[in-house]
Amino acid sequence: MEIFCAKDVVKRYANHLALDKVSIDVPGGSIFGLLGPNGAGKTTLIRIINQIIAPDAGELYFEGRKLTIEHTLQFGYLPEERGLYKKMKVGEQSLYLACLKGLSKKEAQHKIKHWFSKFEIMPWWDKKVEELSKGMAQKLQFVITVLHEPKLLIFDEPFTGFDPINTNLLKQEILALKQNGSTIIFSTHNMASVEELCDYITLINESKCILNGHIDDIKKNYKTNTYEICFSGYFNKFEATLTSLYQILEHKQQNDITSLRIKISAKTNTNELLSIMMKYGNVISFNEILPSMNDIFIRVVEEASISNN
Amino acid sequence: MNKIGLIIQREYLTRVKRRAFIIMTILGPILMGALMVAPAVIATMEDKEVKHIQIVDQTKIIYQAIHDSKYLKFELSPDTSIEQAEKKFDSTKYYAILFIPANIVKGGNSVEIYSDKDVSREMIKHVKSEIDNEIQKEKLKANGISEDVLRIVETDINVNTFIIKEGQLKKSFTDFKMILGYIAGLIIYMFVFMFGAQVMRGVLEEKTNRIVEVIVSSVRPFQLMMGKIIGVALVGLTQFFLWVVLTFLIVTGAQTMLVSQDKFDAEKLDPDTINTISIMDKSTVTGDKKGADKDEINQVVSDALAYLNDINFPVMLGAFLFFFLAGYLLYASLFAAIGGAVDNETDTQQFMLPITIPLILAIIMLFNMVDNPNGPLAFWFSIIPFTSPVVMMARIPFGVPYWEVALSAGLLVLTFIGTTWMAGKIYRTGILMYGKKITYRELWKWLRY
Repeated sequence: MEIFCAKDVVKRYANHLALDKVSIDVPGGSIFGLLGPNGAGKTTLIRIINQIIAPDAGELYFEGRKLTIEHTLQFGYLPEERGLYKKMKVGEQSLYLACLKGLSKKEAQHKIKHWFSKFEIMPWWDKKVEELSKGMAQKLQFVITVLHEPKLLIFDEPFTGFDPINTNLLKQEILALKQNGSTIIFSTHNMASVEELCDYITLINESKCILNGHIDDIKKNYKTNTYEICFSGYFNKFEATLTSLYQILEHKQQNDITSLRIKISAKTNTNELLSIMMKYGNVISFNEILPSMNDIFIRVVEEASISNN
Repeated sequence: MNKIGLIIQREYLTRVKRRAFIIMTILGPILMGALMVAPAVIATMEDKEVKHIQIVDQTKIIYQAIHDSKYLKFELSPDTSIEQAEKKFDSTKYYAILFIPANIVKGGNSVEIYSDKDVSREMIKHVKSEIDNEIQKEKLKANGISEDVLRIVETDINVNTFIIKEGQLKKSFTDFKMILGYIAGLIIYMFVFMFGAQVMRGVLEEKTNRIVEVIVSSVRPFQLMMGKIIGVALVGLTQFFLWVVLTFLIVTGAQTMLVSQDKFDAEKLDPDTINTISIMDKSTVTGDKKGADKDEINQVVSDALAYLNDINFPVMLGAFLFFFLAGYLLYASLFAAIGGAVDNETDTQQFMLPITIPLILAIIMLFNMVDNPNGPLAFWFSIIPFTSPVVMMARIPFGVPYWEVALSAGLLVLTFIGTTWMAGKIYRTGILMYGKKITYRELWKWLRY
């Protein structure tokens, strides 16, 4: 069941088209990655989802109903350009922003205390934001984004500016939020985090949606039937037999260990390949090589720009 | 809680709690009070040391006219040339030498004071006032005009102005009206500028801190802008109110203190006072003058009271609050639009100019207008919305036809609705734009999004 849908969203600025009939479907309880090169229109889409700007055309739905301003109370948004009131105290500021999200003062206080103790930032309560380090401020902002326990969380480039330890902490938090039933949309350039976290993705390039679906399905669609085989034995003994049947992409010989990358046709049974190999040596490992999101990203974007030209 | 209420609350509380606000609130009335009380205080602090002054008078007549005052004692020197007196100056204990040259009655018009330090202004004033009359008299005598003729000629005209209205004569108090008009106009001008700029800085702060995107994901940009404008307006009203109250307290406090001190002085110096009165009796001319002064003061005071009764305070106050708020709203929304459009304070300059020009024009008009509060220039500038808050407010004490006030107020309201709508559009687009140099053409485009 989709918790959020956008249908044929169009947004035009004075001299360029930022979004050209972009549609996304975000299944409830999933992590949804919004990918695309710089300037593709991701931030515009995110701002439209948050109702900061209005689309020129297209429809948006949340939980099956047309999106209204009241829905923003159930959203949590962490923009790419992060910032808080520098001169305001941490506790006071969290309270203000939580109340703007529709919490009563009492409720807000309760939830802030819960999240602050969870992140061990209780001692910051009476500090001004300008006294915090950049990393601390980022952490605080993350807490402020999630503390009203929104159903839909939107993170724009959440990992920029975090050190590896905090990045890891953030990833775990995002997964925990998903476990608790929140749906998360996040945009990123960091493909490793996409593979780690995302269930679904949409790739936007030059204002158009060019790829979307479950990450496993996409990987299957873009697989090249390439396998990596490692076995003890010598390649030259059966090189002729193999090359006549398959396409050898790469081979490496280290002492008596041979590793190969072989591309086979989609119809070929992998057992056939294995049975040939077994005659010449002892198979140590046999893996299908699935394309990384990084490869898919580059390939899809390049193909799109070629077809455009 | 209502979101715009939350925003107003935050804008109000953060500003009111700021140290700068508290200092300004306390310092403002003290400065204003000081301005009003200082002359009186300084007057009570005059030099109390008795000074002896030697007079070298070549005419041998004029010195008789110089009477001793409480702290200045004059003595005629036997010397006739300043050089002789100068030589002996160090060895004597005189404070100064007053030199009256022989030609003073015939054409020359300066006397000279010699001293080893700067002489007090009080002494110069005393000498001048004593000599002026005497020399004038001498000159007249030299030209054959007697003192009696002189007394007849002496005049001091009091101009009383009246307004003919509904067949009745009403004493008009142009000076009071002028002052009231000035003050009201200036306060509006000052507050529009001060608090409009605060709105601009607040918007800019949110933009440069990059918090604005978080907030507009919870509230509409227009709500954020209006929340800020209203919050700052409340800060302005609070400050104004506190200033009025504190100034009132300081002035009345200081006055009661001064008055009680005066009484104390008078009681202590009773014999002296009697003495002075008897002296005054002898020299009837000065005595008359003092009496006239007193009458004049009484007249002014009763006039002032009459005028205070004459002004319609509820109308004044109502008009002031209206023009104050409407003028502020008109300009604050424009200031907010500027803050939203640019990235940093230095970029605000080019957009500030079109806003400051009408305001400065209004102030120039204010100074010209009080000479002719019902002239065509005053009329038009009090109708045109961008100058009307300042100019109309200054005209109101003089009495303005109701239809003019209504027209001015109506146009002002329409204009501020228009500017707020425009500002909202510019603001909405501007706050999400970074790193772009904004031009007027760009702003025009944003208006049509």
